[in-house]
Amino acid sequence: MDLHFGDSKPTDEERAAVDGLLGPPESSWEGADRSDADLRWARGGREARDRRDLLLPGLHAINDRIGWISEGALDYLCRRLTVPPAEAYGVATFYAMFSLKPRPATVLHVCTDLACAAAGAPELCAGVEERLGLGSGVSVERSPCLGLCERAPAALAIKAGDPVRTAVSAPATVQDAVLAASSPDSAPEEPPAALAVPQAGQDGLMLLHRVGAVDPSSLDDYRAHGGYTALRRAFELGPAGVIREVTDSGLVGRGGAAFPTGRKWQATASQPDRPHYLVCNADESEPGTFKDRVLMEGDPYALVEAMTIAGYATGAHRGYLYLRGEYPRALRLLEHAVGQARARGLLGDDVLGQGYAFDIEIRRGAGAYICGEETALFNSIEGYRGEPRSKPPFPVEKGLFGKPTVENNVETLVNVLPVLTMGAPAYAKIGTGRSTGPKLFCVSGSVQRPGVYEVPFGATLGDVLTLAGVRDGLRAVLLGGAAGGFVRADELDIPLTFEGTREAGTTLGSGLVMAFDDSVPLPRLLLRIAEFFRDESCGQCVPCRVGTVRQEEALHRIVERTGADAAGDIALLREVGRAMRDASICGLGQTAWNAVESAIDRLGAYE
Amino acid sequence: MTVTPLGIPRRMLEFTLDGEEARVPEGSTILDACRAAGKDVPTLCEGDTLRPKNACRVCVVEVEGARTLVPACSRKAEPGMEVRTDTERARHSRKVVLELLASSVDLSTTPKVAGWLQEYEAKPDRFGPDAARLNEEPKIDNDLYVRDYDKCILCYKCVDACGDQWQNSFAISVAGRGFDARIAVEHDAPLTDSACVYCGNCIEVCPTGALSFKSEFDMRAAGTWDESAQTETTTVCAYCGVGCNLTLHVQDNEIVKVTSPHDNPVTHGNLCIKGRFGYQHVQNRD
Amino acid sequence: MRKRQPKTYTRLTHPLVRDSRDEPFRQATWEEALDRAARGIQAARGAFGMFSCARATNEMNYVAQKFARVVMGTNNVDSCNRTCHAPSVAGLSAAFGSGGGTSSYEEIEHTDVIVMWGSNARFAHPIFFQHVLKGIRNGARMYAVDPRRTSTAEWAESWMGLNVGTDIPMAHAIGREIIHAGLANEAFIERATSGFEEYRALVEPWTPSLAEKVTGVPAAAIRELAHAYARAERAQLCWTLGITEHHNGTDNVRALINLSLLTGHVGRYGSGLQPLRGQNNVQGGGDMGAIPNRLPGFQDILDASVRLKFESAWDTVLQPHYGLNLTEMFEAMEDGSLRAVYCIGENPAQSEADSEQAVRRLRSLDFLVVQDIFLTKTAGLADVVLPATAGWAETDGTTTNSERRVQRVRKAVTPPGEAREDIDIICDLASRLGHDWKYADAETVWNELRSVSPDHYGMTYERLEEHQGIQWPCPSTDAIEPTYLHGRLWETDPSRRGPLAPFGLVQHDPPVDLTDDRYPIRLTTGRRLDSYNTGVQSGGYASPLRRGEFIELSPEDAERYGVVVGEHVQVTSRRGSVTAPVWVDTALRPGLAFMTMHFPDEVDTNALTIEANCPIAGTSEFKASAIRIEKLPIATIVG
Repeated sequence: MDLHFGDSKPTDEERAAVDGLLGPPESSWEGADRSDADLRWARGGREARDRRDLLLPGLHAINDRIGWISEGALDYLCRRLTVPPAEAYGVATFYAMFSLKPRPATVLHVCTDLACAAAGAPELCAGVEERLGLGSGVSVERSPCLGLCERAPAALAIKAGDPVRTAVSAPATVQDAVLAASSPDSAPEEPPAALAVPQAGQDGLMLLHRVGAVDPSSLDDYRAHGGYTALRRAFELGPAGVIREVTDSGLVGRGGAAFPTGRKWQATASQPDRPHYLVCNADESEPGTFKDRVLMEGDPYALVEAMTIAGYATGAHRGYLYLRGEYPRALRLLEHAVGQARARGLLGDDVLGQGYAFDIEIRRGAGAYICGEETALFNSIEGYRGEPRSKPPFPVEKGLFGKPTVENNVETLVNVLPVLTMGAPAYAKIGTGRSTGPKLFCVSGSVQRPGVYEVPFGATLGDVLTLAGVRDGLRAVLLGGAAGGFVRADELDIPLTFEGTREAGTTLGSGLVMAFDDSVPLPRLLLRIAEFFRDESCGQCVPCRVGTVRQEEALHRIVERTGADAAGDIALLREVGRAMRDASICGLGQTAWNAVESAIDRLGAYE
Repeated sequence: MTVTPLGIPRRMLEFTLDGEEARVPEGSTILDACRAAGKDVPTLCEGDTLRPKNACRVCVVEVEGARTLVPACSRKAEPGMEVRTDTERARHSRKVVLELLASSVDLSTTPKVAGWLQEYEAKPDRFGPDAARLNEEPKIDNDLYVRDYDKCILCYKCVDACGDQWQNSFAISVAGRGFDARIAVEHDAPLTDSACVYCGNCIEVCPTGALSFKSEFDMRAAGTWDESAQTETTTVCAYCGVGCNLTLHVQDNEIVKVTSPHDNPVTHGNLCIKGRFGYQHVQNRD
Repeated sequence: MRKRQPKTYTRLTHPLVRDSRDEPFRQATWEEALDRAARGIQAARGAFGMFSCARATNEMNYVAQKFARVVMGTNNVDSCNRTCHAPSVAGLSAAFGSGGGTSSYEEIEHTDVIVMWGSNARFAHPIFFQHVLKGIRNGARMYAVDPRRTSTAEWAESWMGLNVGTDIPMAHAIGREIIHAGLANEAFIERATSGFEEYRALVEPWTPSLAEKVTGVPAAAIRELAHAYARAERAQLCWTLGITEHHNGTDNVRALINLSLLTGHVGRYGSGLQPLRGQNNVQGGGDMGAIPNRLPGFQDILDASVRLKFESAWDTVLQPHYGLNLTEMFEAMEDGSLRAVYCIGENPAQSEADSEQAVRRLRSLDFLVVQDIFLTKTAGLADVVLPATAGWAETDGTTTNSERRVQRVRKAVTPPGEAREDIDIICDLASRLGHDWKYADAETVWNELRSVSPDHYGMTYERLEEHQGIQWPCPSTDAIEPTYLHGRLWETDPSRRGPLAPFGLVQHDPPVDLTDDRYPIRLTTGRRLDSYNTGVQSGGYASPLRRGEFIELSPEDAERYGVVVGEHVQVTSRRGSVTAPVWVDTALRPGLAFMTMHFPDEVDTNALTIEANCPIAGTSEFKASAIRIEKLPIATIVG
């Protein structure tokens, strides 16, 4: 491609960061010194253009090393990958974790989202910003949910360098957060993932039973705890047999849409177009959700095994694990787990000696809630802006790289292990008729023991809140996250199943239960939700791009109003909300008004 | 060895459009079918030379069984589908979309939009005087064309025309996110520091007048732009042997703008800098 | 960097005359100007030449060639197609009997392999290149052969940077490799071609390694291209002036055509040969007979039955021999056998190679009448200047593009002052010379052409409008022919197959202007995206891309000469010397420099180029001169 580059040149550091990912350039056209051979014969074309999917890893490499992405660095990356700089700029500016302007090497992300806001994030922010002003070498950025709600308020420090260093401070004090930012290496170790599982060690857990029991870095320990039995079983069953088991188990997707997993696998497996891809959606970004993080940090090999099984069943030889960019510990553990599995022949050309080739590539998100939408996630992996695609065609037909793709979230995949080890009939007996198996809930907010809880489908909201020790003065519960809905304190008998929540006029979403007591002013909470959607809208379609702004403006106007004073704006919100729900391209815009609507209708927020 | 070209025959399919039987070739969109049936569905981001982007959502229609409305411009007709184009639900979304756009973007040079605002009883003012607008100043960084992003509805058509669908120059992209997303060259630089080759193929597809010839921009500013006094004559470019068709827009015997027929087999509506802007020599009359 | 404004030309609005070349022009009435023009031409009857215009309409070219042949009784009519694509016409007609490109733009979107040879279409033919890009996006693989790694080449799977003027060794090596790899299309060769055995013997010495030595391109790259082209189910071979503007341009074209014959990549949908034309009506000018060897409809003057048809249609007697081409006419000025020229819309004083020589020759004419829209450098040498219209915007008519598509040109603006349409001016001159032609409008001219040209017969103005142009041949008013030519070659019935296509037995002949110690740099020329030819038209608009003329050098040469971007240097060839600022382009290798001819009023590049002409087509070797670069101020050079 005849790309245009500016005059800016990369620094040696920036060049090294890119070359560290891509290897040294092969010709002067890619950025090496000019040689006689280059000036007689140049290769390019399709192969050169086919490396676009390395753009996001390349941006990460630069950002990790330098802390921001300069013109020279972006140009060099573009030259190496044959990507137009304008497009790369469009991609880089899409993600909140990247900066195209100079900034200090260390960024402290302070969560200001729902759970943390209720736990004192505003004071934390103010304190931290006071201590880490200009010249401190740290840039403080207010962040949407960091997925550390069980330890709210939370802060994440990222210090660019070789290698990049990270430190989590949660629950954070100003002192701790400042220490984490100024010296991530000497910050105290994060507590183990098991601490987020109050039930850890209890009998009967199917998804969380290894969390806290196994060493998450040890493949042998994983196997000693029953690991890789399911994969062996899968090879015995054959791909069709695996799909039959999964179908018969009644397993449905845990990401929120509740689509039957077996049907999705079958639809992908039967596509004649090749290759097939498996994508694990680990871009857990719904405010208040952290169960996938806990699974990945506490039992990473389970996900590796489950992905291998899913790939085997659907005829995929490559799996992409798209991991939330704000999950550095999960990244480290999963990278290690994939490497170990590869070293032991559990990934690679000949998995378990069964002649099946499968490998996993981990891709990091970079701060974009929308990338949890499956097609936006494909675009993100492919090196484009993480904007959702219009469906149809559906991913099972045209997904990643335009090929048949099965996409499942972490919890869904991990459920496949008990499906295979206990068999579909036994699994299907758990839960209710239409929601089978165990379910994880992220409980946070006004509870004594926030964390991830595993209960069989069918437990009521009250059951779960009791497990977590709900505090007095419960006012409302948010189910399903920012895209979910509020229920009242007197609705605790709602069964937490897909059909039960639907019948109650609310949603299970991603399995989030956030409790709020009287101390939290509801209009402020709604405003925070509206801000979240305004910030996270990709901007592609009008209803969402402008609608989320108008929604926030209206909520801002009525933050101190009630009754007739608010009625006009509430009517406006309803009209805009209805159009967002009906006419937005993807689930983000379609659900951006849900929580607000439920607060108005169910909680009487402005009465 | 195939000595003769193979014309692939297209199958036909049938579905219901506003209660009437519609018969269209496989692969047709609902919008194609609407147009064939003489129905007027408003569109903004749809372009006859571009793949549907379905970003504006003003063309949404109701499909039986679908949870949400669907964009007529990109959704393909399926056998047995039941489509209704003018339900209250569809009209509501169109109205709100028009209001959202009109309250944030300068639509003064967008053809047809005034009529639609009226038809759908849209009231963009109801978001109040403080409703956020784009608030962009026109970018005038060269003598050929102006980018007035206050008029940009972010339909992506210019990006698609500049990108892999036609020009493959990739000078512009959408940068930023959400309401702050803007069409930009890398690092928000002026065009003159970009990959822009000034083919003007972005102007050709811009539905709102956000991109315009400098001549048009200046004449509008001076109040002399008068489309009713303009003639449009299609001729052939004289700059090389490719034979691009040019439509010369002439006002008072001056060429004020150049376009190309979108259905032309040579250009498909695209030109290069010489064809688009290289007319001035003809009217260097004194 | 300082932006230099190109010279802008203002339109001619009145006829200009002068009594002697030493005087300035004075404004005249049409009456006077035409009388003078008629007298001047008449006085040189028998020594007259007509420069028709590759930018004007078919109708104008038809009338112009008719003027030369009927009014002046000569076949000395030609146009600037001589300076660019005459070798393509000559080569294609030698192989296939017809001088047009064999396929259509749309086909390139549906082909498998595209070879762009000596063509920076991304700059020179941007909208054609969009069709190439469609093809690439549809999965085609593109290969680029060009000394420079141009924008076009950056899109290629493989770019091969050959030495300037080594196209024939490259082509022959590819042909040999195809034969040796067993990839020749034997069925097609057997059925549709002649001379294969001689061709096989001809290319046999051109091993890839020998070709590597001569062309500079690695043998592996040559082999790869050979295999890709031969194995493709469909392939398109496109070229531009990098092939034709050589002293052996026609041979170059033949060498490329050979590859299509060897592989059967011609005469089928998606497979063909595409010479890309530099001007809007280069194709049409030739089709209309504004060339010395063909009558309208590309019919051979030497064919008595053809002559008879035209003689009865035009009520005249035609010379039964070829006239002089543009190059020969310039030579005839030198020896005095050509004394008057009627030049319409051309600027040979700046567009010809070795421009100083061209100016001198034009000055030696007894009489020069120039008909143009600007007072070009050529017009500045004239005795009479007639203000005309801009064909594409101020007249009605048709032009014919590179894919043989005849399209309607329409009048959109009124010409300034007293400027008049070319056809009217020619007719007025004709009537002063005793031929009272009456053409009510361009369509009348076109219908006369249709009546004498079978290939155009089916193209009524109405149909041209309806189909947005029609490709020739179009013999019937009821049908449209296939988009590609020479499908006949695939016919099984020999009588329908027609004449076999001969392989061209052409030898490598390196550029005439050799590099040596005194002139160590190879200068090649080309176009930039925003400018056109001598810049008379393109100088009129404010292109943000335009930076004026530069001598473009490789970074290594710039360093070697110690020069930096923007620094003026002396550029000298064996013919002339200019000063030009330096530009550094990484697309160039050491020893290779690049210039354009877009800004002759700033830097007269053609003062450097060599007038070494293709003996068949007459095109000059613009693409290969030997130069040296010197820092200013110039050091004294002895000898």
